Amino acid sequence: MEKSTRNRLLQEQAALWMMRSAAFVVFASLVAIILTIVVKGWSSLSWEMLTSTPQGGYYLGKGGGILNAIAGSVYLALGSTVLATGIGLPIALYLNVYASPSGRSVGMIRTALDVLFGVPSIVYGSFGFVLMLWVGIKVSLFAGIIVVGLLVVPIVARTMDEVLRSVRPEMKDAAFAMGATRWETAWKVVARQGLPGLGTALLMGFGRAIGDAASVMFTTGFTDHVPGSIMDPAATLPLAIFFQLSSPVPEVRERAYAAALVLTMIILILSIFGRLLVKRSSKHTI
Amino acid sequence: MHTPRTTLSVRGLHVNYGDHAVLKDVNVDFPDRRLTAIIGPSGCGKTTLLRTLNRLIDNTEGTRITGEVLLDGQDIYARGADVTGLRRKMGLLSQRPTPLPMSIFDNVAFGMRIHGERPKQQIAERVEYFLRHASLWEEVKERLHQPAGGLSIGQQQRLCLARGLAVGPEVILGDEPTSALDPISTRHIEDKFTELKERYAIIIVTHVLRQARRLADHVVFMYLGEVVEQGPAEQLFNDPQHELTRAYISGSIS
Ligand SMILES: Nc1ncnc2c1ncn2[C@@H]1O[C@H](COP(=O)(O)OP(=O)(O)O)[C@@H](O)[C@H]1O
Ligand SMILES: [Mg+2]
Repeated sequence: MEKSTRNRLLQEQAALWMMRSAAFVVFASLVAIILTIVVKGWSSLSWEMLTSTPQGGYYLGKGGGILNAIAGSVYLALGSTVLATGIGLPIALYLNVYASPSGRSVGMIRTALDVLFGVPSIVYGSFGFVLMLWVGIKVSLFAGIIVVGLLVVPIVARTMDEVLRSVRPEMKDAAFAMGATRWETAWKVVARQGLPGLGTALLMGFGRAIGDAASVMFTTGFTDHVPGSIMDPAATLPLAIFFQLSSPVPEVRERAYAAALVLTMIILILSIFGRLLVKRSSKHTI
Repeated sequence: MHTPRTTLSVRGLHVNYGDHAVLKDVNVDFPDRRLTAIIGPSGCGKTTLLRTLNRLIDNTEGTRITGEVLLDGQDIYARGADVTGLRRKMGLLSQRPTPLPMSIFDNVAFGMRIHGERPKQQIAERVEYFLRHASLWEEVKERLHQPAGGLSIGQQQRLCLARGLAVGPEVILGDEPTSALDPISTRHIEDKFTELKERYAIIIVTHVLRQARRLADHVVFMYLGEVVEQGPAEQLFNDPQHELTRAYISGSIS
């Protein structure tokens, strides 16, 4: 065999090996994380934990559950994902259908979103707190939804933007050539073509919203009750995990892992469910 | 029985992309119920000219357009001109067929629906009518509600034709509409054009000279952004007046 041929084959082998290891690292960390929380949390996971709120002495190892945090987190994540989509989708449609592609506003909006994407969530949290003091809103689910919604906007908007950017320009031309307005082109053609990707963007937003602790600390607060109204404070799973994990009582620390397991399961179930929906929504995608 | 004669004509049209003059003083009359072929080497401005005819060029950034495009005597670039209305009068076939991300049925119904047309029953009838009109009905009647993306490329182009016809145009524009198609699908589309020019003005860009010879009644030859020569196909191919036209037709420039 010629030397150069052998080198090239070697190169192929090396590249393949590298890629396999990279994939392995990702897969292994997922398995490791899930194993850790299952092993450490499974024994304290109980029906009571999922269906009751903390009773007196819960944080000392006595009875009760984390229904307050489960409900709070789900409300908060749903609310802020809806809010972020309400802001992000119009931005993405504006960037890809309404604005002139080489216009200055397009570059500026994309840069602003990229910068916002890099702002740490604790900064969002403290910014939100200052804003709440200023406007006079108390710590509540409402305040949390606004702040977490803003935190998630850059992810949702930029992901949706990239999705819609990949729609072939000829498709927009085809709609315009039939006399469609920009509104009709945006919603009936471009958004429809991007539907599966838009769904994925939504899932990413939800995942980020439900998992963030720093932005909710000062804005949503923490309480032992399931919020009865949007103006009530609400507990969230990341903070419940944090509080329990910092407890000196070993049983409580184990419950932290059970709570982490619950959080992971929510995200996992949602991703699987979401993937199915995304798959169905891609039926008409060209 | 008399439909008004469409007169589409271009007067003193200049188009610039930034500093780059892409069309220079273009004057063309497109005859009604004839097929006009726009020919010329790659980059000479054929696509640009076509896109000025239905103002799709408005969506391209940094263009400056001066001159007039007269459709039924009205300048489509006049202030306050109804852009969506004028686009309805022109069907467009692009180089690569572009079905919309919806079912076969919805593709054809799209135009009728956005223009606020008629009850369901009537839409269904018209969808069938235009699919037959584009010789696609027999192939798709069993799967009208399947995704349009599942059709072959040649079927997709006929679907685009049906979709364009469904909005009731007077003019059909095609930018190298058969360049992505296999020979049989190309034949289909060409036959369709020959049939449709009884009722519409058809304007196609083509870089295939043989196709222009086969189909065109009228030919516009462009070179470097200018119309060098135009006239009846017979004359332009057999007795070109201009040196450049002769050179292009004989294949010595391309
Ligand atoms: N969006 C654009 N921006 C800048 N220049 C362009 C653009 N589109 C086309 N051009 C230029 O305009 C000229 C004519 O292009 P086009 O009309 O596509 O020619 P043809 O269809 O005859 O090949 C070419 O030189 C091309 O580079
Ligand atoms: Mg072209």
